[in-house]
Amino acid sequence: METFWYAIVTLMLTMYVVLDGFDFGVGILYPFVTRTETERCTVLDSIGPVWKGNEVWLVASGGLLFFAFPRAYAAGFSGFYLALVMVLWLLIFRGLALELRSQLSHPLWRQLWDLAFSGASFFLAIVFGAALGNLIRGVPLNPEGYFFVALWTDFTPGPEPGILDWFTLLMGLASAAILMLHGANYLAMKTDGDLYLRAAASAKRTGWIALVLTCIAMLASPFVQPALRLNYTAHPLGYLFTVTGALALIATVVFRRRQHDVAAFATSSLFILAMLGNVAWGCYPNLLIATTNPASSLTIFNATAGAYGLRVGLVWFLFGFALVITSQVYVHRAFWGKVRLDLESSPTESHASPDSQRERLPFDINRPSR
Amino acid sequence: MASALLYDRLQFAFTATFHYLFPQLTMGLALLLLYLRSRALWSGDEQYHQAARFWTKIFALSFGFGVVTGIPLEFQFGTNWAKFSNFAGGVIGQTLAMEGLFAFFLESTFLGVLLFGEKRFGFRVQWFASLMLFLGSWLSGYFILATNAWMQHPVAYTVADDGRLFLNSLSGLLTNPWLFWQYAHNMTAAVVTTSCVMAAVGAFYLLSGNHLAHAKTFIQTGVVAGAIACALMIFPTGHGNAKQVFEHQPLKGAAFEGLFRTERGAGIVLVGQPNTETMTIDNPLVVPSALSILVYYDLWANVKGLDAFPKEEWPDNLPLLYYAYHIMAGLGTILAAIMALALLLLWRGRLFTSKPVLWLLMLCAPFPYIATTAGWMTTELGRQPWLVYGLLRTAQGTSPLVHSGNALFTLLGFLGLYLLLGLLFLIMIMEIVRQGPVPVTDYPAQTTGSGTY
Ligand code: HDD
Ligand code: HEM
Ligand code: HEM
Repeated sequence: METFWYAIVTLMLTMYVVLDGFDFGVGILYPFVTRTETERCTVLDSIGPVWKGNEVWLVASGGLLFFAFPRAYAAGFSGFYLALVMVLWLLIFRGLALELRSQLSHPLWRQLWDLAFSGASFFLAIVFGAALGNLIRGVPLNPEGYFFVALWTDFTPGPEPGILDWFTLLMGLASAAILMLHGANYLAMKTDGDLYLRAAASAKRTGWIALVLTCIAMLASPFVQPALRLNYTAHPLGYLFTVTGALALIATVVFRRRQHDVAAFATSSLFILAMLGNVAWGCYPNLLIATTNPASSLTIFNATAGAYGLRVGLVWFLFGFALVITSQVYVHRAFWGKVRLDLESSPTESHASPDSQRERLPFDINRPSR
Repeated sequence: MASALLYDRLQFAFTATFHYLFPQLTMGLALLLLYLRSRALWSGDEQYHQAARFWTKIFALSFGFGVVTGIPLEFQFGTNWAKFSNFAGGVIGQTLAMEGLFAFFLESTFLGVLLFGEKRFGFRVQWFASLMLFLGSWLSGYFILATNAWMQHPVAYTVADDGRLFLNSLSGLLTNPWLFWQYAHNMTAAVVTTSCVMAAVGAFYLLSGNHLAHAKTFIQTGVVAGAIACALMIFPTGHGNAKQVFEHQPLKGAAFEGLFRTERGAGIVLVGQPNTETMTIDNPLVVPSALSILVYYDLWANVKGLDAFPKEEWPDNLPLLYYAYHIMAGLGTILAAIMALALLLLWRGRLFTSKPVLWLLMLCAPFPYIATTAGWMTTELGRQPWLVYGLLRTAQGTSPLVHSGNALFTLLGFLGLYLLLGLLFLIMIMEIVRQGPVPVTDYPAQTTGSGTY
């Protein structure tokens, strides 16, 4: 049962990275691929209907982690205190940017939120990558099962590490590159014209960076955390993830060249899935690896929420998960295809309004009452 | 450590209070929107479509802010209350995870359909999306209140070997007897808030001579729904809540009523300032025997006062608790009176020409927010010094390794950030109200670049 929930929580988180990952990537590329206001609106509309649904996977994964392994949730969230508060701020600003940008048409207002949107997307990609790095490297858990890591200490992954060291920074950069590739593929799938050309070009460029950084990070991981090797030596089946990941990345680059947009996006999704599967395979059954004393590590067994809880959880989870998948597939299908501004003519939400609606809406406080 | 505890508490109280400003509007609006969309679908009247679209915009804005401020709350259970999460996570993890899975998914998915769907989906799909939005947001409320109800009145748990709590009955958790009145009262309060806001916007348009037809729809809807909800606030839901507090948490009841001494035939203090030095109420205005009657239906029933309990069990901020309760109940009575008056005039057909009452309705809008905030302060301050009533003290729930410097740093950060958020929300809402409800056809095709959600 614990193993099942371990798989579910990692799967949910992975789905989160795949889904919200493309809109982070789109966010990072946003200032580089757009030239005009119409293009900016097109890009925003390409993620408009889906980004919030994507973000909910994070909330749901957090909730499920809390539900299944409360002890790990408590230790992890209090231990990464500062990093998590930073994530919160970034998520807030990113959400605000997406929601507020369209509401006023003043150019400075829009520039401000454009900056917030792409900046927050970039730093989130870095922080999430670094977080993954921390999980691999391990944290200084005390015997009671709590820890607290500073943002940085001496930038080496020793026994008293900080959140940022050379390894986690590397992971952060790799994550930013991968998500840019992923986002560029998404954008290419959703746009045409100049925008399409620029998106495809950036996908090609970031593809190489992602490839190089991933290789370095993959090679470094087993040195930073030797325990990762154990599961692979015991169960070499895990190498399937590695192989799939590698093939997927190569396939992405190839499909990109041949302009198979959908296939390129699908393979970059598969690549992310496989890479995270790799890490999960290596870390099992640990949730938080102790750099201090291996006996203090939090595993799925000593952090569990109890047999009954996990069993009843299954009932509502399967039901809820089916609903979630159905509704998400529905929405993604409903908004399938290239973004065309004239189609989305919903007056409730208008992004682009080069000449604002203002003149057309007579509203004058000083008009004589009745 | 003592100061870290203080900052943790202030931070949670502040962020939760701020968060709740938004969901109360969206939950109430989900209901009223369903009504507007049903009317639109049923009558085919463009008027109602416009009204529904206008309020969907406000819904989306408030929803967005609700999401943005809700995520920090969920994080805080782990970041600032690690020992509490470790202790109680085996139980409340269930409801929090269920909330994340069902309710938010429904909401975020179907809100997308509503906002982007005008041309793509028909009116029927839109109506269905409204229905799902309503179910989703009320389900969210249910799960989150199940969490809170469990902290007030823990049920369905067993203690594991290492002292942590594990759930032993999911149905027990979801049918916590405490939850019934709390849910009824809280959701009705959300309807009160929304009704007042809707009526206020209508009154504003009417008084300033804009969107007259819409103004009347808004006022009518707001006043009728508001009057019903206000009545339900007091009886049975407010009354039911108070009764169960006296049954299960008599100390909290005594504290918020300002009953320092155990009394036969205890009265209700309408006005007065609690004096914790002398243990009396200054300048009291008391209805004799009212408390005994309301709680036990008996003129001379004995009601336990604060003196019946050891001092270290008392909530640590008595005066604030007392004022919070009295503000809620006082505002509840005043709002009910205003809504009753408006309803009377509406029925007589005189409301739309009665300027003073329209002004009154317009100025009403902030007060339900104050009442709900005060109500939550009653609930949460009155729970002190327990975090999980009777099981875990608040002082034992914090994160052991997060020191006061860090907690203060993030508290200050949230204060600043939320000030900004509040201002942005006000600017945006004013912009939406200024634009007002407009027909779709008024939009030139090229200005509609669609949206953000
Ligand atoms: C529009 C808002 C509003 C209004 C007019 C009232 N309330 Fe209320 N009340 C709330 C909004 C609220 C709330 C914010 O929704 C609370 C906080 C927790 C909860 O579930 O509901 C609440 C809680 C709450 C509690 C505390 C329950 C607990 O400690 O768990 C009591 C005893 C009452 N209410 C009683 C009343 C009475 C007797 C009212 C009649 C005048 C009244 N309320 C009007
Ligand atoms: C399910 C809903 C809620 C849960 C699980 C919850 C939980 C908590 C927790 C963990 C604390 C900190 C510990 C403490 O000081 O007791 C707290 C404090 C507090 N919460 Fe809530 N809360 C909920 C809803 C709300 C809402 C909606 C509000 C306000 C609108 C609110 C207002 C407060 C206040 C004022 C405190 C401070 C109490 C004090 O410092 O003494 N709570 N709550
Ligand atoms: C203090 C404890 C609380 C926590 C931890 C909490 C958590 C959250 C979270 C994480 C979100 C965003 C979810 C998303 O991404 O969609 C959210 C939104 C929401 N919350 Fe809360 N919440 C709390 C209090 C409350 C209360 C007391 C209610 C009402 C009874 C409530 C009702 C809602 C609703 C309806 C939403 C959807 C957004 C909206 O309508 O504004 N929350 N909450």
